[in-house]
Amino acid sequence: MALFRAHVLVCTGTGCTASGGKEVLAKFEEEIKAKGLDKEVKAVETGCHGFCEQGPVVTVYPEGTFYVRVKPEDVPAIVEEHLLKGRVVERLLYKEPITSAQVPDYEEIPFYKKQHRIVLKNCGTINPDSLEEYIGADGYEALAHVLLDLTPEQVVEEMKKSGLRGRGGGGFPTGMKWGFCQKSPGPKKYIICNADEGDPGAFMDRSLLEGDPHAVLEGMAIGAYAIGADEGYIYCRAEYPLAIKRLKQAIAQAEEAGLLGDNILGTNFSCHLHIKEGAGAFVCGEETALMQSIEGNRGMPRPRPPFPAVKGLWGKPSNINNVETFGNVPYIFRVGAEEYAKFGTEKSKGTKVFALTGKINNTGLAEVPMGITMREIIFDIGGGIIGGKKFKAVQIGGPSGGCMPEPLLDTPVDYDSLIAAGAMMGSGGLVVMDEDTCMVDVAKFFLTFTQSESCGKCTPCREGTKRMLEILIDITEGRGKEGDIEKLEKLAKSIKAGALCALGQTAPNPVLSTLRYFRDEYEAHIKEKRCPAGVCKKLVGYTITDACKGCGLCAKTCPAGAISGELKSKHTIDASKCIKCGACMTKCPFKAIVRG
Amino acid sequence: MVEKSEKAWEELSQLLDKYRGTKGCVIPVLQQAQAIFGYLPKDVLLTISKEIDVPISQIYGVVTFYAQFHLNPRGKNIVRSCQGTACHVRGAKLVLEAIKEKLGLAEGQVTTPDLKFTLETVACIGACGLAPCVMINDDTHGRLTPEKIGAILDAVE
Repeated sequence: MALFRAHVLVCTGTGCTASGGKEVLAKFEEEIKAKGLDKEVKAVETGCHGFCEQGPVVTVYPEGTFYVRVKPEDVPAIVEEHLLKGRVVERLLYKEPITSAQVPDYEEIPFYKKQHRIVLKNCGTINPDSLEEYIGADGYEALAHVLLDLTPEQVVEEMKKSGLRGRGGGGFPTGMKWGFCQKSPGPKKYIICNADEGDPGAFMDRSLLEGDPHAVLEGMAIGAYAIGADEGYIYCRAEYPLAIKRLKQAIAQAEEAGLLGDNILGTNFSCHLHIKEGAGAFVCGEETALMQSIEGNRGMPRPRPPFPAVKGLWGKPSNINNVETFGNVPYIFRVGAEEYAKFGTEKSKGTKVFALTGKINNTGLAEVPMGITMREIIFDIGGGIIGGKKFKAVQIGGPSGGCMPEPLLDTPVDYDSLIAAGAMMGSGGLVVMDEDTCMVDVAKFFLTFTQSESCGKCTPCREGTKRMLEILIDITEGRGKEGDIEKLEKLAKSIKAGALCALGQTAPNPVLSTLRYFRDEYEAHIKEKRCPAGVCKKLVGYTITDACKGCGLCAKTCPAGAISGELKSKHTIDASKCIKCGACMTKCPFKAIVRG
Repeated sequence: MVEKSEKAWEELSQLLDKYRGTKGCVIPVLQQAQAIFGYLPKDVLLTISKEIDVPISQIYGVVTFYAQFHLNPRGKNIVRSCQGTACHVRGAKLVLEAIKEKLGLAEGQVTTPDLKFTLETVACIGACGLAPCVMINDDTHGRLTPEKIGAILDAVE
């Protein structure tokens, strides 16, 4: 293998590709060649670093210098200055949002400092297209250890000891789940990976599949060995084309190298993995619906028991885990369950990957030990709220989860504390909301989602969510009535108790948790016909105050032509034409336009 | 479309040969048939039903269950406007309105009359770090504003 004195790692995850990562990579290759450095310096395409906000990101090793928002035009400067002359290009370094200090070293950036990367260890540091690089990063070592040194029973025991719980949302102990399926009789069993990441606001599975596909395959092979399966499926959303491409390639590479397929590593163990592309139905993230979908049917859940461990895919015992759960497995068998269990809290072991999004400075993926507080995630890693605005709530757990207000920010993040706070871990999407977010609108948003994704099989979910949504629409459009809140609570209770699957059982959560912490906002909408955050369009209007200097900027900005007035004199808004977009208010240099 | 059609039927017949007798093949067959025809016309569905021996009622059930399948012709370019949580709180609605206006789509209309664009909303495309975002065919565009989207659509052929 050729030796290079420096490596330029260019992120080509989905985020960075959208920001121009591919062009940056091509420019690096071109410039390195033009300067005659192609024998000394290598440009490498990597998976996601998680810091999508700052993309495209480029890391230069051995120094570990971290460049952000790199454009193709910046590439000659990096090649000329950094790679030829050894001088860091300071203007492209990451700037700390609060102090404006420049941070050259990857590990010193606050976004990464509090993280502990187990699952995402290889994301952004190895080339996901290369099996050799994965092996070079200790890949498939765990599988070899498992197949050559352990019995399936020992594998299950080790998993139980590690304390790993399902990362897809439910938090069921993985070792126990494997144990059930292992004990289930029958010659044919299936291992399934749930990669139908449908929660709006979560993209950790996508990044892992795109950035380190072999880790997921290795985890699945270990699981297959433990339960006695020789075949498996990865059910991946069709909306993730890059993830599917990388998985297909990784399966082919692993089969070629004898790490998947027949007689893996010369043992009697065989495991064939296939990919099934989802066809766009959120409910297919539910395990029984997912199996229906693999079989080619409408993806509708069925009552349990029988659980999949007894009667799963094609009626055979099956074990299904989420992408991130499988991503933890190789690490557990590399370092040992005891070592793994040192991370996290008593009942929630290991790390969890969170997707930080919304009104937060550092959007991206962060992997942290369980038990860290929400405040640390949002303010230390996430860098606080955009534009220094006031934090209002963080929504965790997607459409099944809930909102946590400021006083709960010091709650440790683990499965049980979150449930106690009225939220849930879910898949780990964190959407941060500031003072400009209306909590009734947020509840309506989630319910619109679950309502349209309800499969229609059971009445509480199909009809109940519809009625709840109607009430919420009325409230946000000024038709709220006394008693609506109580009606919402009653419906929520019935749906939770009566729905067939987790989609329905958790669908009322966003409403219940916003009612619990932001009841005053609901009341303002209903009683005063007022939206305190100014989001619900039917409840807001705009007026121009005497601070208006008559610059005319608002009139030019207004898309509806609703603003008129003489230059240098006070303008007025025609309420009948106003579409309440708020564009004028944002543009006014004198803050003369108010909402109300 | 007529000259394309013969080739398309030929491709469909090869596809069916490949999958005939494979269990659980309904969804992959429909996905690939849609890739060939652009959507799923009635006679294609009837042919699939006959060839893989699955009742048309069941196939119709699957087609109407999943968001990905379409029974009507679609535009050459598919614009997917993300309305996920992160995009929602960062103004995805305004971007969607701007796209509708730019493409001249009336309420309830999803495809432009010249079949150049079809506009869809999706719940999340997993690029939340770049919210609000839009996917045009396979390309993701992020950090959008209603002002930016016009030029992006203009650049699409």
